[in-house]
Amino acid sequence: MKIKVLGVGCASCRRMVEDVRRIVQKKNWQNVQVEYVQDLPEILSYGVMSTPALVVDEKVVMIGYRGLNKIEQVLEEAFALQLQNSRV
Amino acid sequence: MVDTTNTKTTTKEKGLSADSRSWIIVVLAAILWFIAYKTIQPLANWLAYGLLALPKGSHLGESLAFFFYDVPKIILLLGGMIFLITTLRSFFSAEQTRAWLGGKREGVGNLLAAALGVVTPFCSCSAVPLFIGFVESGIPLGVTFSFLTAAPVINEVALVMLFGLFGWKVAGLYLVSGVTIATLAGVVIGRLKLERYVEDFVWQIKTSGQEIEGYKPSWAERFENSWQSTKDIVGKVWLYVVIGIAVGAGIHGYVPESALAGILGKNAWWSVPAGVILGVPLYSNAAGIIPVVSALMEKGAALGTVLAFMMSVVGLSLPEMIILRRVLKPQLIAIFVTVIAVAIIFTGYLFNLVL
Repeated sequence: MKIKVLGVGCASCRRMVEDVRRIVQKKNWQNVQVEYVQDLPEILSYGVMSTPALVVDEKVVMIGYRGLNKIEQVLEEAFALQLQNSRV
Repeated sequence: MVDTTNTKTTTKEKGLSADSRSWIIVVLAAILWFIAYKTIQPLANWLAYGLLALPKGSHLGESLAFFFYDVPKIILLLGGMIFLITTLRSFFSAEQTRAWLGGKREGVGNLLAAALGVVTPFCSCSAVPLFIGFVESGIPLGVTFSFLTAAPVINEVALVMLFGLFGWKVAGLYLVSGVTIATLAGVVIGRLKLERYVEDFVWQIKTSGQEIEGYKPSWAERFENSWQSTKDIVGKVWLYVVIGIAVGAGIHGYVPESALAGILGKNAWWSVPAGVILGVPLYSNAAGIIPVVSALMEKGAALGTVLAFMMSVVGLSLPEMIILRRVLKPQLIAIFVTVIAVAIIFTGYLFNLVL
């Protein structure tokens, strides 16, 4: 699973990156990559206009910082879905 | 299907849903807020004249009563109103705004962009992706600039403080003139055909066209997020508010009436542009400046001058210009700043003339 945080250096962007790293570590997820994308053309290629945005496997799953719990919930859902898919 | 109905009934049996619970908390908080708001005036008078036994009409007594009343009042107002404003803003998004602005004519588009600039959640750190997102989807440059002007010029902290210290009429004037300035600035920039001053890479960016699902938060989430933002904003500005009100209270008690009419009154023509220039480096300190300005007005400063100064403090923000420099050539930034400054100065004179 590849997680990207799109951000242009605002405080909430950094907060989201830290939250995501903390969640991944806490859950001890394997094969999960976390990347902080600050390159403008790349951010825009996802079609988002407000940052931060959370991207899981090239799909935008969250726009704007909506809190640690919400991020955890979204990532858990994505991780569960991935497990399901890999079993099939 | 069966599963969803089952979970619904179980939550009902367990008790109230998260939404109803959060509504109850918000309503209770609103009642407490209202009671607190009604008790601060007698409390402030009691503190200054009763507990500290200062004689009524004395300089120190007047200043302290003013301070004890205004600090809790403004902090309470900021807390309550910013919570309301951020909850309202949770119904808007940059993506939705872009969709609404698509295909609008000049004029109507500018006005709509300025109005949406007030209600759409916006952080100057997102100015660049927003700018490119708008321009790339075919929204005219002038309409985009109307949005980019309105979003910072109409600042929620400034709006609440004007309401608290000057009343709803002045707050309304600020809102209306902010939208007007943003609309006109966008029309002017649109007419000047400045597309060549946008950095070239902007026109080459192609978005994936990936459909982003519109997200509808629940009431509980809206309230939770609004509470978080309210804490963030009030936490950031409260100290400036206290310092500003302390200075204002000093002026209120010690500076004689109409002492400033000569320098900041209607007849001093240069005070409006001077206020605008002075406002630029004071960016982000609107919270501390408004109480001072409010006290200055009691002593004879003119309202137009005060409003022009205010809008310059929040609207002509250096950090935002630096961020926008990534997508705009210096010439366009210069034109943008000039157009807004001229519009603000004009509004200042207009108010001094009419009021």
